[in-house]
Amino acid sequence: MRPAFSVIFLTTLIGAGQGLFVALYSAEFGASLGFWAMPSAQYFSLGCALVLALLVAGLFASFFHLGRPERAWRSAAMWRSSWLSREVIVLPVFMAAVAAYGLVHHLRGAGDLTLALGGAGVALALLLFVCTGMIYACLPFLQEWHTPLTVINYLLLGCASGFLLSTAWASAQAPALLVAAAAWTGGVTLAALVTRAASLARNARLRPKSTVQTAIGVKHPRIVQKAQGFMGGSFNTRDFFHGKSYAWLRLVKWGFLLLVFPLPLALLAAGAALASPAVLAAAFVLQYLGLLAERWFFFAQARHPQNLYYQAIS
Amino acid sequence: MSKQLALVIDLNVCVGCHACVTSCKEWNTSGAAGFLSDDNPYGRDPTGTFFNRVQTFEVGEFPNTQTVHFPKSCLHCEDPPCVPVCPTGASYKRAEDGIVLVDYDKCIGCKYCSWACPYGAREVDEHQKVMKKCTLCVDRIYDETLPQAERKPACVMACPTSARLFGDVHDPESAVSQAIRDSGGYALMPEWGTHPANHYLPRRKTEITLHRDELERVDNPLKIDGKLPKPDPKTPSLDDSTSW
Repeated sequence: MRPAFSVIFLTTLIGAGQGLFVALYSAEFGASLGFWAMPSAQYFSLGCALVLALLVAGLFASFFHLGRPERAWRSAAMWRSSWLSREVIVLPVFMAAVAAYGLVHHLRGAGDLTLALGGAGVALALLLFVCTGMIYACLPFLQEWHTPLTVINYLLLGCASGFLLSTAWASAQAPALLVAAAAWTGGVTLAALVTRAASLARNARLRPKSTVQTAIGVKHPRIVQKAQGFMGGSFNTRDFFHGKSYAWLRLVKWGFLLLVFPLPLALLAAGAALASPAVLAAAFVLQYLGLLAERWFFFAQARHPQNLYYQAIS
Repeated sequence: MSKQLALVIDLNVCVGCHACVTSCKEWNTSGAAGFLSDDNPYGRDPTGTFFNRVQTFEVGEFPNTQTVHFPKSCLHCEDPPCVPVCPTGASYKRAEDGIVLVDYDKCIGCKYCSWACPYGAREVDEHQKVMKKCTLCVDRIYDETLPQAERKPACVMACPTSARLFGDVHDPESAVSQAIRDSGGYALMPEWGTHPANHYLPRRKTEITLHRDELERVDNPLKIDGKLPKPDPKTPSLDDSTSW
């Protein structure tokens, strides 16, 4: 598939926002259980503003994917069957929950109401991860995507990104949280490494179910396309081929593995030891760049069976 | 059972002339739904939206090769994977005749349905910014101002070798159902469970088996072939007057 940058930005930005919200709520939940001191109201209210900024930026990016953005409101219609429609509904509901949670923290401070609101927000954040992941995982013939690992990776990579941002945020706003936040971030990042590596290993061993034999229904071991029916390009030749070399794909793969996992983890350890918001923020930015590469690779790696019909121009 | 209109394409007859491609484009760029994109048709990098393509595949290894011309359009699946993924309901399958259509006034151009079609049957119109696909000429096949014989998709009307049949594949007595039944009609990529309504008829070798006695008559009653040795005159025969 040809990776669409609108979708890459959408999924990485809202993933970071959802992860940050889960981290904010974990901070309140842990404090309410007495694990650490309750962070300031500002930690939550400004944190929620940051979450909203990430979600709005993601939503903004998603509009560039649409041919007819003015009709985007229609996309909430088919929630009974379409994961995309479900995502379109859950995202604004989650944004409303985040806004309410931040507002109550700002006006009244932490309490039972914020715990309840935040719990609902976390449930919505997790639901949104499931919707986003299932958009890809539900397509059976994109075999690289058709696995529960797709949903798990969206969840864990988004959480890793958001937790890392929350660690930088904690180092600036709630130093008492820093060690716990860094430990959680490390754990989530390592879990994401395990599941992403698992999906890479799985996809490396995939055998395509569709072949040129099933595509045209001729059972002969040697079939070669001689003409695709036109000399120029079309939607089918542009949107389903990434057009990059195998070497470039390998480079992106190892690049994102390096940028998403070991480098931010090293900066996370250094930033937590130095209690430096700048180092931790740099770790987040570095990992975000890596996540852009990860998402690019996720799309590029998927081989669409329609490509079997577009193997030779003439 | 409800109706399911479909095409049956005979690969044994298709000569790869692209008449179906051009007639499809002509009809569907002229209708009420607006034109089909066609940019730089004579330029360096032509591109456009087509509902139908004829592709060519070579089967086997020289000298034992066969050229298969393969017309490809939307297969109007009985279980279309492109329909449930559409977030707006612009993609739908008509209950009354099984045609899979896009409502161009509802489509937001998110392209998700094209990801969900394993056959690559859907193409974005780069000017109208909506997804388009074969309609089985729905604006033609029910047009009562046309003579009954012309209420067929444009591609079927254009095919000079009658490689394209059109009809209801749920009606066991229809010409398309009979063709599928009698000539081994098959569906594309059956592994995905989409149950395409369009079927393809395989290449067939037309052979006549002739036995020697069909070329040279064994009993040769009138001796006109002159190939058999004449029997001895004394040899008794069934018919004395005609031997010798």
